[in-house]
Amino acid sequence: MSLALEIRGLSKSFGGLPATSDVSLAVQAGERRLIIGPNGAGKTTLFNLITGDLRADAGSIRLFGEEAVRLRTDQRVHLGLARTFQVITLFPRDSLAHNVVLSLLGLSTSRWNALRPLAARRDLYERAHAVLDTVGLAAAAERPLAQVSYGEKRRVEIAMALAQRPKLLLLDEPLAGLSKEERLTLQTLLAAIPRDITVVMIEHDMDTALSFAERITLLHYGKVIVEGSRAEVVAHPRTREVYLGA
Amino acid sequence: MNRSALFTLATAAAALAALPFVAGDYYINLASQILIAAVFALSLNLLVGYGGLTSLGHAAYMGVSAYLSGWLYLKLGLGHLIAAPLALAGTTLMAALFGLIALRASGISFLMITLALGQVLWGLAFRWVSVTNGDNGLSGLTRPMPFGIDLDGATAFYFFTLVISVASTACIAALAHSAFGAVLRGARDQPRRMLALGHNVWLVRYLTFVSAGFWAAVSGLLYVYYHKFIHPQALGLTNSAEVLLMVIAGGSGTLVGPVVGAAIVVLLKNYVSAFVERWTMLLGFVFLAIVLFMPDGLVPGLKRLWLRFYGRRA
Repeated sequence: MSLALEIRGLSKSFGGLPATSDVSLAVQAGERRLIIGPNGAGKTTLFNLITGDLRADAGSIRLFGEEAVRLRTDQRVHLGLARTFQVITLFPRDSLAHNVVLSLLGLSTSRWNALRPLAARRDLYERAHAVLDTVGLAAAAERPLAQVSYGEKRRVEIAMALAQRPKLLLLDEPLAGLSKEERLTLQTLLAAIPRDITVVMIEHDMDTALSFAERITLLHYGKVIVEGSRAEVVAHPRTREVYLGA
Repeated sequence: MNRSALFTLATAAAALAALPFVAGDYYINLASQILIAAVFALSLNLLVGYGGLTSLGHAAYMGVSAYLSGWLYLKLGLGHLIAAPLALAGTTLMAALFGLIALRASGISFLMITLALGQVLWGLAFRWVSVTNGDNGLSGLTRPMPFGIDLDGATAFYFFTLVISVASTACIAALAHSAFGAVLRGARDQPRRMLALGHNVWLVRYLTFVSAGFWAAVSGLLYVYYHKFIHPQALGLTNSAEVLLMVIAGGSGTLVGPVVGAAIVVLLKNYVSAFVERWTMLLGFVFLAIVLFMPDGLVPGLKRLWLRFYGRRA
């Protein structure tokens, strides 16, 4: 099976403080990978390095076999990478459909069209409605994002990522701040993500995350300290020591 | 476009077309100045309102276009038909170069770079006497004669300005409502998210910067045709601050706002200054009142008030 993501010797320091130290990781295409670790372990930094939000000090990042460490964020997205953010970053004044349209435009050459009114692009809005339907938000498609609940915003984020039909999806704490009911909804949604999309997820809610993950990577002080199958990592003494507790 | 917007547009078009038949030359010239300032403000609005990039050097593009046109006409003896596109092309090229420098930063640093670049050109206009005539400016310029129509009269020039202004506004409106415009606003509000969606935020901003330079150049041509004279003051900081005031006071990020802002500033500058000696102080008070009571500008503020009033009655 081919690799969706291959990281070798990735390092990043802020001043003298190493946030990611010599991280190596290989994620198979179609895999569900969970990244865990205590606060400050470097999980989000690792995501930011993969997406290109941060420039690596050293190391290599290969996306679908292509070296991406020198590529800009938007170029990596065009290779098939999509992500959600730990803190929701959407467009609150716009409708849910418009938020998804911005996502659809990201991979479309029509984003450079400065003459044709966007409102006339019925095809884009129909696709946006269809994508929102997959996350159960079709009825709210024309509502301003500011008027929907936090859990619905999380679903919009995922809809925006899925709208791009990515090959690799990075989910940064998608369940953070959600109620029990919202978690269940999102859990169902995550389980329904097609298998041709590789998913790498950071999550602290271990009950949900463990049921989702096939393989787990434990980060501590920016280093990979345990990696393996769900059972292997959970049973590993280092996991209990630094993350799960006794 | 809904019915009320169409009605407003038709009324505005009729009023603009009828103005020369009901007003004297003074008011017609005043209207021409407002139209020129409106194009200038709309060009800056692309950067400030839609792009979230506040520039304090935008007069540079207006001034350079005016200087280029005047210089090509006076020194090289080129006709307006050739001088105008050359001035537009030269200024747009300069915007393309300045954009590479200015867009290395954003926020306050962007503002400072644009201010510095504008001041460099202002200094050049003052000191490069062999080209610009220094503090004396370039005088002895003429207005073009499109299709043999003499534009020396106030009415003819007003209609010429009106046609160019309407065409410029239509193009800027098209950009604002297009996919590119939506991406530009997205890059203003959430640049990191837009990158994560595959948008090249830098390129979007750069193209907008160049486009803003082009439309400022168009207003520069109208400016030099109107005044038949160009002075270093045209590309100075005061002019850059004034156009920024127009955009902010009227309502940045809206199409009508900068036009209203342009009208306020031009009317205060030309009309009120005839009666009030310290008109700049009055301008300051007007700006202060707008910022205090309608921080997002006059047009969005009045719209909100109207909706509140209308909503209560409905």
